[in-house]
Amino acid sequence: MRLSFSDWLDRQADRLFILPAVLILLTFSIFPLLISAYLALSRFQLTAGGYQLRFVGWLNFKKLLFGGEQYHFLGVFVPVPWYGWLLLALVILLLARSIAQYIRSGKPTLFGLIGRAVTTAAILALALLLAATIGAGGQLGSLSVTVIYVAVGVTCQLLIGLGLAMLCSQNIRCRGFFRVVFFLPLMVTPVGIAYTFRMLADMTQGPLAGLWRFVGLGDLSWASQAWSARLVVMVGDTWQWTPFIFIVLLAAIEGQSREQVEAASLDGASYWQIFRDVTWPEIAPVASTIVLIRVIEAFKIVDLPNVLTNGGPGIATESLTLHSFINWRALDLGGSAAVAYMLLIVSTVLCASFFNYVMQPMRSRRQ
Amino acid sequence: MSLRRNMLGAAVAVLAGGAAGLIAPAQAGQFDGVTVNVMTFTGPQIAEPLQRRAPDFEKLTGAKVNIITVPFSDLYQKLLTDWASGTNSIDAAVFAPQWMSDYVVPGYLLDLSDRMAADKDLQEDDVAPFFRDFSQKFNGKAYMVTLDGDFQMVYYRTDVLKELGKEPPKTWDDYLDIAKAANGKDMNGDGKPDYGSCISKKRGAQAYWAILSVAGSYLQAQGTKEGIFFDTKDMKPLVNNEAFAAALKVYQESTKYGPADEINLDVGDTRKLFTSGQCALSLDWGDIGTLAIDPKESKVQDKVGAVIIPGSKSVLDRSSGKLVACDKQTCPYATDGINHAPFAAFGGWSGGINAKANPKVQDAAYAFFSYMSQPKQSNEDVTLGKTGFNPYRMSQLKDLTLWKKAGMSEAAAKNYLGAIQESLDSPNMVLDLRIPQNQRYEQVALDTAVARMLAGELTVEDTMKQIASAWDDITEEVGRDSQLKAYKATLGQ
Repeated sequence: MRLSFSDWLDRQADRLFILPAVLILLTFSIFPLLISAYLALSRFQLTAGGYQLRFVGWLNFKKLLFGGEQYHFLGVFVPVPWYGWLLLALVILLLARSIAQYIRSGKPTLFGLIGRAVTTAAILALALLLAATIGAGGQLGSLSVTVIYVAVGVTCQLLIGLGLAMLCSQNIRCRGFFRVVFFLPLMVTPVGIAYTFRMLADMTQGPLAGLWRFVGLGDLSWASQAWSARLVVMVGDTWQWTPFIFIVLLAAIEGQSREQVEAASLDGASYWQIFRDVTWPEIAPVASTIVLIRVIEAFKIVDLPNVLTNGGPGIATESLTLHSFINWRALDLGGSAAVAYMLLIVSTVLCASFFNYVMQPMRSRRQ
Repeated sequence: MSLRRNMLGAAVAVLAGGAAGLIAPAQAGQFDGVTVNVMTFTGPQIAEPLQRRAPDFEKLTGAKVNIITVPFSDLYQKLLTDWASGTNSIDAAVFAPQWMSDYVVPGYLLDLSDRMAADKDLQEDDVAPFFRDFSQKFNGKAYMVTLDGDFQMVYYRTDVLKELGKEPPKTWDDYLDIAKAANGKDMNGDGKPDYGSCISKKRGAQAYWAILSVAGSYLQAQGTKEGIFFDTKDMKPLVNNEAFAAALKVYQESTKYGPADEINLDVGDTRKLFTSGQCALSLDWGDIGTLAIDPKESKVQDKVGAVIIPGSKSVLDRSSGKLVACDKQTCPYATDGINHAPFAAFGGWSGGINAKANPKVQDAAYAFFSYMSQPKQSNEDVTLGKTGFNPYRMSQLKDLTLWKKAGMSEAAAKNYLGAIQESLDSPNMVLDLRIPQNQRYEQVALDTAVARMLAGELTVEDTMKQIASAWDDITEEVGRDSQLKAYKATLGQ
């Protein structure tokens, strides 16, 4: 029987009602994505009367991966040192364990295997890149520096945030005050944080200069050494974003079932046993969600390295977004878009992998 | 008859009035209701005099001038993006005249030739010919109003050199020798060791001109028309040879005698260090000379000398790429066997106007820049260190009363102005790069490579290869023939 127009409309109602929201999303995210894809395949040039976009194919990407900008994006390659091999071995071990677990789970699918193969290749490639650029004479590119900021930064933020949340969930005096104080850094503008840490880390003129001199660091310039400069960036980033993880995990911990905790306590379980067997399984899905959100944001770090060190010394603290910004500032719009797309690809693969292979299993186990 | 005479008189009056409308001095209420948005660098230098005098100009003319500041590293592309995209929110800007090649060719800057020619209050004849030609004109037409005159010089502590028994440096070897001898001594009586040399080396700031100041005397000896950036036969970069290597080594070694975080210091930081008495030597534009006499900020009043950029006893032989000793043929402009090549770094902050701005706004913007440049304002501003404006008028270089009134002793004024005059008069003066995309050659390619070298990421040889390769890429992308033609034109070839 043919449907009347009004019946057909009724059936399409759900799609029609979300259509405006979808169109807005498309306008403000997908279309710019397509336009910047074209930019990434072009060269921008000023001309009399305006500007010109000339299609150059994969040239901008070739420059990043194989050409004159390889040192900037991937780094300078050297023979892998012993700690590089150690890192590679650890990564291979963890990846192999993960794949073995998946196959032994008895439910492997073709898409699951393909997805894990892509994830394995991506993580292995990043680990190899790090190992091959971290040795003496080598140099990390903006890709490796960003991955370090994400991995080290988010790990520290999770551990510290979780620890503070556990502390503030206890029945201690002034815990309301501590909750506010621990949350404050999130309210400060990133540029303000960058300038604050720049002053605090100043060994000769800053407010802590006396302390640095007392511990024998008065002549050290953290901004002139690659790893100390990166460390200061990560400290600033951790200081700023730990409160975000803290406040969400605090809510999750306070929302867990009190009966189970009391029962475990009555049974004589230690604090650590209660955390491992009762609290963590409850809050793990929330923790993994918050880690995913932080990882996505951490990939885009730009304020701290820009204000603290201008990406220096040399290019040692340049993140991918800062690298893209510096190119854009020099009107190399194609090069800038190419770096931005590489960031998009890397962060999408890693975040999608985290979602599918860490978060989803956690949620399934909880159910 | 009398009617015809009256009509003729009226016509002449109308014509004169029309012309005067273009060039009349700022008049009360002339620009009532007009707002001019002027963009420049964050400063505080450069922005300070504009912000300070904007209210006075508003009282005089009714025009409200908004000074919008951005970090130096963003200024070039902010202006281009605003003008190229047609946003046109910026009516005028104070920026580097060497960027004219990228702003004039696409038609973004207003031709000011007629206005400036008819503007008697501007006293153009008093502007030093070099700044009139280099900082104002492009392809024979004037697009910018000069507000500042730029030469880099070396500053030294007269008391420290006297104590060490040293003369002001004539060569870069002398500079390093003094820096090494002075490094670690307490030069300001605070009990802490101070620095032999303080040169701004921060990436993404205004540091990259310093390496060119060092390199100039190794690269150019046959006069201004020779140039230091490219070979005028084939546009090959002159950055991968013994001369540039020598300059990079001098630059690198100077870091040993400076503050531990010198590679993260901007010009504002090194100036503060020098005027607080913590440095024996510095390389900078004219600002230290005027900052040193500020009684509120300076601890080195009457203890500062200035000298033309040190030279070299050997120069580049362009056919072999090797350094050869100076003699009458290789260094015709040498003094006592030393080849000096003072560098007109940057050119000098100047004001340009958006060609697409509203005509009334354009008139107001021009009137504001003319007001800033007129001797009554300019003569005071160039004597104040906080402005960042350095002398560019011939009267400013000759009239000692201006400087004595600002607090300089006669001897110090003669020394300071003498160094600038010597640079201006030098037949071997080095012109800054003014070809299209010069900002990419210098602020991106050169700055990044030198920053990496100072950070220990690159050797001297790799630095030179990196710069040469990046410059060649830019040249190929823009067009080798057109770039060569433009480069030769800027050298007057």
